[in-house]
Formats: sequence, structure tokens, C-alpha cells
Amino acid sequence: MRYIDEYRSEAAAKRMATRIRQVTTHPWTLMEICGGQTYTIVKYGLEELLPDEITLVHGPGCPVCVTPLELIDKAIVIASTPGVIFTSFGDMLRVPGSSKDLLTVKAEGGDVRMVYSPLDAVKIAQSCPEKRVVFFGVGFETTAPANAMAVWQAKRLGLKNFSVLCSHVLVPPAIEALLSSPTNRVQGFLAAGHVCTVMGYEEYIPLALRYQTPIVVTGFEPVDILQGVYMTVRQLEEGRVEVENQYARSVRREGNVPARKLMAEVFQTTNRNWRGIGEIPNSGYALSPEYADYDAEKIFSVEGIKTRESEECIAGQVLQGLKKPHQCPAFGTGCTPEHPLGAPMVSSEGACAAYYHFGRFRLGRTSAPEVVVT
Amino acid sequence: MCLAIPGKVLEIDNSVQPAMGKVSFGGIQKRVCLEWIPDVVVDDYVIVHVGFAISKMNEEEAQETLKLIEQMEGGLEELKADEPRDETRKQM
Repeated sequence: MRYIDEYRSEAAAKRMATRIRQVTTHPWTLMEICGGQTYTIVKYGLEELLPDEITLVHGPGCPVCVTPLELIDKAIVIASTPGVIFTSFGDMLRVPGSSKDLLTVKAEGGDVRMVYSPLDAVKIAQSCPEKRVVFFGVGFETTAPANAMAVWQAKRLGLKNFSVLCSHVLVPPAIEALLSSPTNRVQGFLAAGHVCTVMGYEEYIPLALRYQTPIVVTGFEPVDILQGVYMTVRQLEEGRVEVENQYARSVRREGNVPARKLMAEVFQTTNRNWRGIGEIPNSGYALSPEYADYDAEKIFSVEGIKTRESEECIAGQVLQGLKKPHQCPAFGTGCTPEHPLGAPMVSSEGACAAYYHFGRFRLGRTSAPEVVVT
Repeated sequence: MCLAIPGKVLEIDNSVQPAMGKVSFGGIQKRVCLEWIPDVVVDDYVIVHVGFAISKMNEEEAQETLKLIEQMEGGLEELKADEPRDETRKQM
């Protein structure tokens, strides 16, 4: 497909990798923020193309992975309520709550439906006025405008039977939380290209300067990622700190202005609890007071549900780049995509699932001979 | 979840709110919200996420990236002389 195939060219990837090797003289640890980038890195084995000096650690940019357990439990309570049609993107359905997942609710007779777009959920609400339709509104800034549009559209149409269980998360506060942590070892970031397509990259400039850490807005194909690595390493080697834009074919400095305008109307920032990381101030969106009638947490009175995370799963350390998935004692044994303990093993963008599916932990420098998957 | 893929705009319907259109992804056609790409025209490529176009593909920038990589056959000195990163830095 156009604009995809060119950026998967083996020759271009090799050329890029050669250039990275030529400019690298020091050890550097870089973090790719987005789970989609992690997927590409692991699927195509990009780490194998990089010099030994460069370590890629995988960031917290998988919304399925960072959604707190208690939100899943709230979703399960709502989805189990008679008269409710619970709609969600597919990857949230298999995330384990503390007792079950949403697919189990469906198997038990709940009306749980997978939708491609939040607007599909609005259509269901229009066609089923006797039911209460709830959409599971998770995701980063890329997805937030789509969910904002669904709420805006429901209000415009005067729908009284539509609401959103809203738990949006934002990338820059998470980067700041990582950089200000005493355990931080990340020296440069590949920022998430689609988040920046919506938001632009102006808010990353003060972050890069404050923490003296290069940030390169990067796309999702193998050549994009290698070029993002190259641009970050060049900054580090030359002692420069800037925000650069590798993904300029999609990302403008100011982002998508109409989408941002709608988000500013429908949402307000709020503190969010990140699974495995904890609460980060102003790191998410909630519905603004004007749209409070569409807040499923209030409508279904699930605000009081509190759940503790499993202690067996080290997802928090994986999401902060402190550990690789295969360093978890449960990896591939007690925790598999079929029976996940934590969310990063569920989503295809989760680092644990990507490592499991593509077997990267068995290769080269990420090897962990004690872990064998049958 | 932030997966978004480029597709070619086949039809635009501004008579509905939000504006919608038909987009082809390598032959597979889907109805997509085009509200946030006010200057979109038929045959443009847009990047689509969960049924919403979030960006119009910038052909010039797309070619620029590929051209830079093409030029990478040469040695390191040549690259330094080119200073290709200026192309992206100027957008800041």
C-alpha cells in the first residue's frame, strides 16, 4: 500500500542501520513511547540491526496496558447490568479484571459488542432507544478526539441513552513522570507519531529542554523507527537537545487544530491512575462539566469501586522501561496471551505479547536462556 | 490502539454533520469521518484512526524522507555536508 510499503524497504532499513552504526560512539538508552512502535521493533527484529551500544526500552504507550484494573472492574459491573449494551474496541475485551474479563460477561449473557469506531456506538444507541448504550472510551490523544466526537454527536442528537466510561491518558505527563523518576535511565525519546498527528509537538519542547533529553517524533514503519533512532542518536552524539520531527508526512507542529478544538470542548484534564505506575497529575482527560450527563461512571454509580493490582505481574516495571518482558518470572509460564496476568500480555501492542509472539527474547543480546516457550 | 493507516479519499459528503467520506485502503473501502480535514479533496491520502481521518498526507514530506534515505549510500562526510536534519528542524 502507498505510504506504507516504501517505509518497509529492506534496503532502506539496512542503509539506515549502517548510518546509525557509523554515528554511534557511546552507549545510549532510548525509549519508544508507543506500543505500535514496540510492535514494529519486535516484529521486524530492529534491535538486531542496531549497534550493541544502543538499548531500546519500551514505553508506556499502550492504552490497554496502562488502563487501571479498577476501570476494568467498573466496565464489568456496567456491562453486567441488565438493559445495557456495552461497546468497546476489541482489545479491551480480553483484559483481565480482578475476577473476569468482558468476554466472560458476554459469555454469561451480557450484551457486549466490539465496535470499530465510537460513532458505531452512537448508531447503536440511536437504533436501540430502549437500551442504555455505554462506550468504553480509553486511549491516548490519538483516540480522544474520536471519542469526543461520539459524545458531541450524542448531545447534538439529543440521545439520552448513550454514555462513555472515559479514561483517556496523555503522553507528555507520562514522559515527565519517567524523566523525573530517580530510576530513569532513558536518554532520548521516540515520541508517538499519531499522538503528535493530533496534538502537534509544541508541548514536547519545554520537556526536552527541562530534562535535556532529545525527543524525535517518529512514525511506525521499520524505516521510520530506524530513522527516528538515527536522529536521536545524532543529537546525543553531537550534544544537541531538540524536538525533531521524523514523521513530517503526517505530523504538523500544531497538530490537527479542529480535532484539538473539539477535545477542548468535550474534555478537561484530570489526574489519572496508570496501571503499574500509579497516579500522574493532569495525565488524562475526563468529560467536562458540560458533558457530565454522558459520564457512565456517574450514571451507573461505579465511582466507588477500588481494586488493588496483582503483585505477581511486573507490568509497571516493564512499562517504565526498567525491565524487559522476559525478565518476569511469570513470562511464558504463568502468563501467556491465552491466560494473561497483566494487560501488556493481552494487547498486540503490549511489550509482553510482542515478545511472546515473535520470540525475540530467545535471540542475541536480549536472550534469556532460562525462558523456553513451547 | 493508536494504529492509523493511510487511505485514498474516493468520495466526500459535506451534507452530513460531521462530514463523512469513502476511503480506500488498498481496495478495501470504508466510511470515514472527514470533519477534521477541512481542505480534503478527492484523491488525497488521509491517515485514518478508528474511523476518523486525523491528518492529510504531505506528499512532499513523504518524498523528502525517502530521498534522504536514498542519499545515505554515500559516506559519513557527505552526510555531514548535507545536514539533512535541517529539513525537519526548520519546522520547529
